Amino acid sequence: MTLSAQSLDAGPRPLRARLAARRVPLSILALCLLPWILPSEALAVNVLVYGLVAVGYNLLFGYTGLLSFGHAAFFGTGAYVTGIAIGRFDVPWFAALALGVAAGGALAFVIGLLSIRTRGIYFSMVTLALSQLVYYIALQASSWTGGENGLRGFTVSELNLFGWTVDFLDPVKKYYVIMVFAAAALWFVSRILNSPFGSVIEAIRENETRARACGYDVERTKLISFTLSGLICALAGTLFALHLAIVPLDILHYHTSGMIVMMTLLGGAGSFFGPFVGAFAFLLMEDVVSLWTPHWQIVVGSVFILFVLFLPKGIWGTLMAWRAGR
Amino acid sequence: MDAELIAMQLFSGVALGAILIMVALGLSIIFGMLGVVNFAHGALFMVGAYAGLWVASLTGSFWWGLLVAPVAIGLFGMAIERVLIRPLYRRSVDDPLLLTFGLGYVLVEAVRIAFGSDGIPFPTPPELAGVADLGIGFFPIYRLFVVGVVAAVLILVWLCLEKTRFGLIVRAGARDPLIMRVLGVDIAGVWLLVFGLGVGLTALGGVLAAPMRNVNPEMGSLVLAEAFVVTVIGGMGSLVGAVVAGLLVGVAISMTALFAPEMATIVMFALMALVLLVRPQGLFGKPGRA
Amino acid sequence: MMSSKQGKSGASRRDVLAGLSAGTALLAMPWVARAQGETIRIGFPTPLTGPFAAEAKDQVKSAELAVKLVNDKGGIAGRKVELLVRDDKLNAGEAATRTLELIEKDKVHAVVGALSSAVQLAVNEVTRARGVIYVSISQSDTINEVKDFSRFTFHEALNPHMTTAAVAKHTFKQGTKVAYLVADYAYGHEMLRGFKRAEAALGATGVGEILHPFGAADYSTFMPRLRSMRPDILCICNFGRDQANAIKQAVDFGMKQQMQIVVPVLLHNQRLAIGPEAFEGVIGGANYYWGLEEAIPSAKAFNDAFRAANGGAVPTDYGAYGFTGVYSLLLAMEKAGGTDTDKVIAALEELQYDIAKGPQHYRKCDHQSVQSVLVLESKKKADMGSEADFFRVVATEPASESILRSCSELGLPA
Repeated sequence: MTLSAQSLDAGPRPLRARLAARRVPLSILALCLLPWILPSEALAVNVLVYGLVAVGYNLLFGYTGLLSFGHAAFFGTGAYVTGIAIGRFDVPWFAALALGVAAGGALAFVIGLLSIRTRGIYFSMVTLALSQLVYYIALQASSWTGGENGLRGFTVSELNLFGWTVDFLDPVKKYYVIMVFAAAALWFVSRILNSPFGSVIEAIRENETRARACGYDVERTKLISFTLSGLICALAGTLFALHLAIVPLDILHYHTSGMIVMMTLLGGAGSFFGPFVGAFAFLLMEDVVSLWTPHWQIVVGSVFILFVLFLPKGIWGTLMAWRAGR
Repeated sequence: MDAELIAMQLFSGVALGAILIMVALGLSIIFGMLGVVNFAHGALFMVGAYAGLWVASLTGSFWWGLLVAPVAIGLFGMAIERVLIRPLYRRSVDDPLLLTFGLGYVLVEAVRIAFGSDGIPFPTPPELAGVADLGIGFFPIYRLFVVGVVAAVLILVWLCLEKTRFGLIVRAGARDPLIMRVLGVDIAGVWLLVFGLGVGLTALGGVLAAPMRNVNPEMGSLVLAEAFVVTVIGGMGSLVGAVVAGLLVGVAISMTALFAPEMATIVMFALMALVLLVRPQGLFGKPGRA
Repeated sequence: MMSSKQGKSGASRRDVLAGLSAGTALLAMPWVARAQGETIRIGFPTPLTGPFAAEAKDQVKSAELAVKLVNDKGGIAGRKVELLVRDDKLNAGEAATRTLELIEKDKVHAVVGALSSAVQLAVNEVTRARGVIYVSISQSDTINEVKDFSRFTFHEALNPHMTTAAVAKHTFKQGTKVAYLVADYAYGHEMLRGFKRAEAALGATGVGEILHPFGAADYSTFMPRLRSMRPDILCICNFGRDQANAIKQAVDFGMKQQMQIVVPVLLHNQRLAIGPEAFEGVIGGANYYWGLEEAIPSAKAFNDAFRAANGGAVPTDYGAYGFTGVYSLLLAMEKAGGTDTDKVIAALEELQYDIAKGPQHYRKCDHQSVQSVLVLESKKKADMGSEADFFRVVATEPASESILRSCSELGLPA
């Protein structure tokens, strides 16, 4: 994938630079408007959650240049652990959320440890295989996960924190509560990208051999990037679980991983806000196209092919490059 | 548990392995020569089955379907290579993978539009219906036929790659395409043919599987996973690897089916994960590839 | 947009989609929804895409027929009824999202639908938390149990316990040897449990059970062991594509010459997709078969109305669930004089209805529809009287609570 090295070509273009400097508040502003643009709050939360997964995935695929086909595992683990913690152990929601993120991050660390030793296509295959293994384990461990029926019985109707109570069944309130977490994650990712670590992962993406020659510990950097990426996907998973109050087994299937890849690429791999744009475009396209034909997959698939062929930078990446070129 | 049952189980495993080899062969050849991971493999397998069904229903004979469909879908594969894959060769290895992933969606949905989403009956050809007594147990004649076809195809492919000038170019091209271009060999034409061959074999697998597994638009989804497992275990691009891994996985599944049947699918992925961890390039793969 | 909404009684896919787009138009224009406050809106999630699309389309056609029949009689307390069809894509997450939209945006008065067990449980979870009435038309034992029970949920579909009890009663005999091939997931386990209980009660002997991975495509490795068990009956406890592949491969292995193949549920569309040869002689249960019309007047009336609306086509088993599910709910709303949740629940609990397959009622403790179970045998191709003449009715097990698990066993007060 030829990714635009945005940080590298960001020359003295004032508007662009100003945009980049305020990318977190601008992104959050855009997210605030989301429920008023989309047909329903439920869809808006989905865009938020999948956008967040794509943001996490983008850290690995877009910025570090590693094509994982197994990120459903972290997304799903976050969701399952949160659901089990609430449903089975009556853990308060914020602790369940933390547990979900921690579990997803830990799994990402382990899978990362095993898979970063391989390169190129093999990396995609290893991540695919290991995540399918997680899928089958969840299918088998049905006394814990509900198996094919999915996990349920952990509906959170209201959120309590420091004496505050939020009616979590109210769709608008639910959206903005979940958005707070998404915003925090965005800020976190922005900090990572602005840090020296952010420059190192982009250096690895551009030329691994050169990065190694410059004295960077490539394996360690990749592992950290993989784990951070998994952490954010796990956070998205926990929010997904709180949102829908169920965890479907499909969340762990490699089709979900594929969907994450598609969203990220559609929006613009390696661009900050691209993943949200991708999730927005993908889910809206699915929603709109399925209105006039049940064969929405043929349209979504074709659009994706066209993007790979002609717009590999994705919607946002292309837009940004076009602005920069003006 | 008697010896006869275990022998029969082993035989089922080998026969299943033959089917898995057929499923994985096209994927492995395309990756080995072109370095392209074809995520539309399962979908093309399914398209092959539908094409076979369609030709068989037009001509009234399974045999025409078996002959014509792989050739037709192979040509279709060449068109795909020409139009969609070729522009991506100079880009990252991820791009063809992503493109074929999208193509898989499109093909499945196109078949749903053309043939409906229910699936269509594909009876076993009457000449091959029934069971044979192997001494240790009964086995469907059709499955024995499939094992025979797979063996014949393997020999043909091996001869083609090892004993012909085309094979020589293909093998050399896989190692170093630049040198081939310098030597004045039309490497683009070779890749076109190899892609067509790989897709044709996949389609043949689909036609062969149709009388066993029923034909429906989702039949390729599981096949893609099976093919990946076999190819990765054997080493991507290795013909010998695909054969050994296919048999290995087949026997592993059948033995699991005997002792812990509910684990029969999981064992496949566990085996793959294990091989990847111990020997990432697969049993017969060359390290450093891709 | 308005005209497409009025023309919804026809049941082509176009109409389904027109309904969908009308629904979305409502989403986009909340003031339109408010202006139609009189209308009773029923949400209907069903898997229009995916492997059960044919069943889903039949469900939609039947559900729309029920709505049309009620509207033709002047609606409910003068209010028109509208069906909002949504594609759940056979995915529980998608179904939960669609149900949230139906409740939060479209303000539906009730939800009917779902085909897969996972989707049904997801919809149940969403409706339970928000106090919305849900009539489930997906087969499952889980939905009856105390953990997933919701006082807002009614289960119109059969459950595995009922179908296995009925099928076993007409196939198992004293001393019959039975082997089981079971899909390793909740629905498979539920079917096995039902058969095992019937086996003990009827004096049959279980000679072995093999759990197969859910969604497997190849069953050849299970066949030698199944054969070595030497059963009289092979019970294949799985569903949909798994069932089709398992039956076909069992037939390829020549199992049918030595044993009777029995399945808990025999599907009309599955039989259509696989063809008569593989299914010939297979016995299984069903909630509905159009051939019932010879014996049951309400089936005749349902078939005739369905034929008239759908160019002579007959309703299928899962399609009929769409009809009975929506119609029973509308009958209860009529009794309750509107959509007040508590009143409608009370009316549903009291309701006695015979609208397609003989008398039915919802049991009070678990809201399971007590109804007849058909035992069918797949016909030989030569014996088929018409294109859709797939099955012979072996027996009709009458509606009775005796083939259900007792309320106390489910953990519910009687």
